[in-house]
Amino acid sequence: MSGFFSLRRFGAVIRARNLEFLRDRSSLGWNILFPLILIVGFALAQSDEERPQFKVGVAGVVPAGETFFQTRYVQFIPVAQLESAIDKVRRHELDMVFDLNSAPRYWVNDSSQSGYILEQMLSGRGYAKAEVTGEPVSYVDWVVAGVLGVNMMFSCLFGVGYTIVRYRKNGVLKRLKATPLGALEFLTAQVVSRLVLITVATSGVFVGCSLLVGFTVLGSYWNLLLVLIVGAVALISLGLVVAARLASEELASGLLNLITWPMMLLSGAWFSMEGTTPLFQWLSSALPLTHIVSSARAVMIEGAGFWQIAPSLGVLIAMSGLFLLVGALSFRWE
Amino acid sequence: MQAFPVYRLPRLMSAVLEVRDLVKTYGDFTAVNGISFAIEEGRCFGLLGPNGAGKTTTIEMMEGIKRPTTGQVLYRGEPLGKRFSNEAGIQFQSTALQDFLTVRDTLRFFSELYPNPVPIPDLLVACSLEDVIERDTRRLSGGQRQRLLLAIALVNDPEVIFLDEPTTGLDPQARRNFWELINGIKARGKTIVLTTHYMEEAERLCDELVIVDQGRLIAQGTPDQLLADYFGDLVFRLPADALPGAVDSLPYPTQLDQDRVEIFVEDASVAMDVLRREGVNLERLQIRERTLEDLFLQLTGHSLRN
Repeated sequence: MSGFFSLRRFGAVIRARNLEFLRDRSSLGWNILFPLILIVGFALAQSDEERPQFKVGVAGVVPAGETFFQTRYVQFIPVAQLESAIDKVRRHELDMVFDLNSAPRYWVNDSSQSGYILEQMLSGRGYAKAEVTGEPVSYVDWVVAGVLGVNMMFSCLFGVGYTIVRYRKNGVLKRLKATPLGALEFLTAQVVSRLVLITVATSGVFVGCSLLVGFTVLGSYWNLLLVLIVGAVALISLGLVVAARLASEELASGLLNLITWPMMLLSGAWFSMEGTTPLFQWLSSALPLTHIVSSARAVMIEGAGFWQIAPSLGVLIAMSGLFLLVGALSFRWE
Repeated sequence: MQAFPVYRLPRLMSAVLEVRDLVKTYGDFTAVNGISFAIEEGRCFGLLGPNGAGKTTTIEMMEGIKRPTTGQVLYRGEPLGKRFSNEAGIQFQSTALQDFLTVRDTLRFFSELYPNPVPIPDLLVACSLEDVIERDTRRLSGGQRQRLLLAIALVNDPEVIFLDEPTTGLDPQARRNFWELINGIKARGKTIVLTTHYMEEAERLCDELVIVDQGRLIAQGTPDQLLADYFGDLVFRLPADALPGAVDSLPYPTQLDQDRVEIFVEDASVAMDVLRREGVNLERLQIRERTLEDLFLQLTGHSLRN
């Protein structure tokens, strides 16, 4: 019982933390309402408004004097592999693709507003339309993994990182230090508690949103759940690193914002990182949220199986191990 | 700085806790400067001192919360370890509890951290918490909250209980109720380590005490023994207008306390005759014995509440 790791003490911390979370209605409500509002908002936005910027992939050399390829507010991105680029059109990562190597052709996703507008701008210029094969993906299908991923990120980082810093500042940790509870028991309980809550909440929001606006899930729901769990562990572990020593809520809040905002913008959660500079793409690949969102999207809209998402899962597991190690080694009760 | 004597006690055979040459520094500041004492089993041991004297730093090193810069704390002859964690109960000066938990949830949580906890109903009765068991801990009154913190400190049926200024901020009635609870714990033979800056609290509860100032131990003993060692006199207390002339014309040591004069005398009946002869009006005379407050004032030159 009073050994190195006691399941009874571990369970006590989980139960107390879960009660605190579930009874904090404002926080619980925010965790459910935030993604719900965003997803419904995106669904409405897609039907009522246009996105201001277009991304067009171009395979081959642009003919001299072709004014379409000088249109403002359209980003033209050279593509090396046409098949991959067409797939990106299907997944809304590109709005249109041109093949200028032989007979000039273009591909658009028929469910894409941007594709439609670009197609209208192109009419009468003599380009042939080619069909995007496979099931076209709606923008909501594409963005839902990003919305849920961002919500998970905020919940894991602030729910664990900020909470532990608050506990440290107000003396809850000091009181716990005066009991037989060990740091490993406490930290593991925080991870498991938040993991259970985030898994249940995110799954619930996913099902609720799916019923409300409808998603396409081509792959296995079990793989999606696996991405959720592995991703949540990585984000919670990152929260533990932030919380390891800080005793100032203000500093913790600033640091968490410093981590979450770039991660939100660079992970491809809201918009595709296609066409961004190599530096941004490298930064993006170093963020856990990027791997969560990309593997969830792969399962949902490409029907990817376990082995196709395994590299991303591997990166997330490695990040979790590193973050947990740093967090546990540098943790202080006070 | 005044040079204080350093008290070093030989180790007692029945000592539950021993503090040896404890020092705690923060940069250039020395919060605790070479304190040593031993606490016998079943005693209520008080650490007395003004705010900033080093009481809390000392007790937190004894609790294992703070690591001493140098020196050692022994529990039953051994350095603090798992046995101490399981057998010590601690009430900090200020403790936050997890939000949104009721009194029952909180006691259950702490119970599950120990191998052989006291049944929760017994704790509720012992600390008079039966009426607030389902109440959110954030909605407890000051007295109820302190009683809950005491219940948490008792949850493992501890051998030694640390109480760091447990009644600070409580109204007089709540403070007296708390003292009754402490006396109940004492009656069960538990060892108590108490810090306070309330003289009455120390006099009522402590079997033995040390006085700490500026990080040093400046006196140690039972309250009666300390007063007997340092004082052999009584205090006559009179309104200033009862004296016909200047205060320093009296043949006794005196001090002014706002609009009252305190006269320190050895023999009350002789002093009353002397004062009458000097023309002092004794109609509103109050006589009191020396207190720990006087002792502290004498030893340090300032009040305990400063």
